[in-house]
Amino acid sequence: MAKGRIVIDDALCKGCELCTTVCPKDVIHMAMDRLTPRGYHPASLVDPQGDCTGCGICATICPDVAITVYRWVPAAGKVAEAIA
Amino acid sequence: MPDEMVETLIYAKPDSLTSTGTHYCPGCTHGVAHRLVAEALQEMGVREKTIGVAPVGCSVFMYNYFNVDFAEAAHGRAPAMATGLKRLNPGSIVFTYQGDGDLASIGAAEILHAAGRGENITVIFINNAIYGMTGGQMAPTTLPGQKTTSSPLGRDVETQGFPFKMCEILSQMEGSAYIVRRSLHDVPNIRKAKKAVRTAFEVQRQGLGFSMVELLSSCSTNWGLTPAAALTWIEEHMIPAFPLGDYKVHPAAAALEKAR
Amino acid sequence: MAKELLEGNTAFAEAAVRAGCEAYFGYPITPQTEALEHMSRRMPELGRVFVQAESEVAAINMVYGAACAGARVMSSSSSPGVSLMMEGLSYIAGSEVPVVLVDIMRGGPGLGNIAPSQGDYNQIVKGGGHGDYRPIVLAPATVQELIDLTVLAFDLAEKYRWIVIVLADGSLGQMMEPAELPPMRPVRPVDKRAPWALTGAKGRAPNLVTSIYIDPAVEEKFNFRLVAKMRKIEAAEIRLRELSTEDAEIGIVAFGTAGRICQTAVKAAREEGIKVGLLRPISLYPYPYEHVRALSKRVKSLLVVEMNMGQMVEDVRLAAEGRVPVSFYGRMGGMVPMPDEVLEAIRKMHAGQPVEFPGALDA
Repeated sequence: MAKGRIVIDDALCKGCELCTTVCPKDVIHMAMDRLTPRGYHPASLVDPQGDCTGCGICATICPDVAITVYRWVPAAGKVAEAIA
Repeated sequence: MPDEMVETLIYAKPDSLTSTGTHYCPGCTHGVAHRLVAEALQEMGVREKTIGVAPVGCSVFMYNYFNVDFAEAAHGRAPAMATGLKRLNPGSIVFTYQGDGDLASIGAAEILHAAGRGENITVIFINNAIYGMTGGQMAPTTLPGQKTTSSPLGRDVETQGFPFKMCEILSQMEGSAYIVRRSLHDVPNIRKAKKAVRTAFEVQRQGLGFSMVELLSSCSTNWGLTPAAALTWIEEHMIPAFPLGDYKVHPAAAALEKAR
Repeated sequence: MAKELLEGNTAFAEAAVRAGCEAYFGYPITPQTEALEHMSRRMPELGRVFVQAESEVAAINMVYGAACAGARVMSSSSSPGVSLMMEGLSYIAGSEVPVVLVDIMRGGPGLGNIAPSQGDYNQIVKGGGHGDYRPIVLAPATVQELIDLTVLAFDLAEKYRWIVIVLADGSLGQMMEPAELPPMRPVRPVDKRAPWALTGAKGRAPNLVTSIYIDPAVEEKFNFRLVAKMRKIEAAEIRLRELSTEDAEIGIVAFGTAGRICQTAVKAAREEGIKVGLLRPISLYPYPYEHVRALSKRVKSLLVVEMNMGQMVEDVRLAAEGRVPVSFYGRMGGMVPMPDEVLEAIRKMHAGQPVEFPGALDA
């Protein structure tokens, strides 16, 4: 199971592809089979092996704040560090 | 996953940004710069006492994307408006956000004097070496030889002068407290830029004087490059012309940065 | 309060202070610099805001910012400096924030000179900056009027969320006359600023002050709102003085210093048995068209006297609607007409002869 996951908001993504160029695990790909309401091919998480670590690098470069990042962290005590 | 693990939200849109999708071109680093400012204001807990001044340029409607009070300035005049706003709201956080035409061309006098007076405002300077909104004309920051719609044969320094290095210029003013140049071309640099933006606002909060963060940015559309290629162009062409670094740092500001 | 000998520029600056002005942003320019200097001492003394800006362009934009913050704010300048402010004034009008400006007119066009003129009438009264807007314009003729109209300007600016311009000239700015200053009004506390003001979005939705409406349909609607506002102003804020117009055969229309000079000429002419009267508009916008129209129905001819080449005379001609001949007497470039010049013009009109003025069209 992945250590993290991202959710990309189709309403905001403009298909600029920057996230796909920086993902260290290469789990973000452009969805050429669909269009967003604004007419872009959006980026989308394609992670069958569960490689996403929730590192947040994609969200750091995303100009449209379209990416929400989640990460599995130990429940008790430890506070997850923010990527920002 | 072992039972002790829980899925936690690591990053979501800060509250200081609205949920309105921006009108910027795909890949435009305005979106990144906006996000960094919004995150800084959020982290400092100053959203409710912040007043922004929007420029004339692609970001003319930036107030649609921020949950803070905003004024729309005439082209180049944002530092003067910010002066009036800050002097009449001394407890507030006032920032301007300006492109290269707004700040370095028509607004050259206003930015110089705001720095000279040591106005306690923060300026976010978006340098993308071109005029975006009006369709790609030469800017004061356009590089020698760079082709634009008003320098179609490439900027000729003999007749069209040399690029303006605003950090270098404004760091000479004694009223300047924090003048730094960062870049938005990759994730490590975006992280450094975020720190600088945060420090700049802290400098204002401490009343240390004028602060400016110059952010080397892309203009994919007017440079005629893909978003990713545009970021590479910043690294390969703009950084040599506009070196990154700290041009002026008030001693108290240095201490602030160390403390974080 | 007792009358004191006051210089015009200092008087209007202090009047603004007494009216609760919270901020002054300006730039030195003759013949009004005394106002800036007075403010540079008084405002910090009272814990209020003063900035000598780098130019009039910067000054009017600082005024714009402070007005957006909901504060009582003003600037003052003279003709070439006011030209620099036109961009800012248009933005201010398009944003509907209250602003007071005093223009102490001098000779022009261009660098001109530092002597008095009324050459900014068209620029100020017809809007000045780009777009459809007409600021309220008040034209004093004495230092007392300059004081009273400056105080009124702040009230009208806030009442209508509009620009109010006090239009005077270098002679009024520089002269010393006995006049009375009003008592000190307290400055409005920050928490009592208008609900639209930019003060930080604490406990409310963010406020926006802007003058851009990118959708033409929306921009037109906004302009209709400004038109409606100006109609209200036109209905309520006309101010003027009339002297012996009831039985006049010759009617003089003049404003400001020219009006004051005509007053002396009118009294002298009456002593010569000439039935002449003076209508002195005090509000140039809204212009007292109805009063001038009514005058044009009573008199046999009208004379307009200005310190310019003929600007307000067009408004008089509009109001007269061709009923009677309208003559013009003007001095320019800082030359101030003397009462006997106007008296001579009145005599000429009374005798059915054309009015001449020096250098007319043969320069």
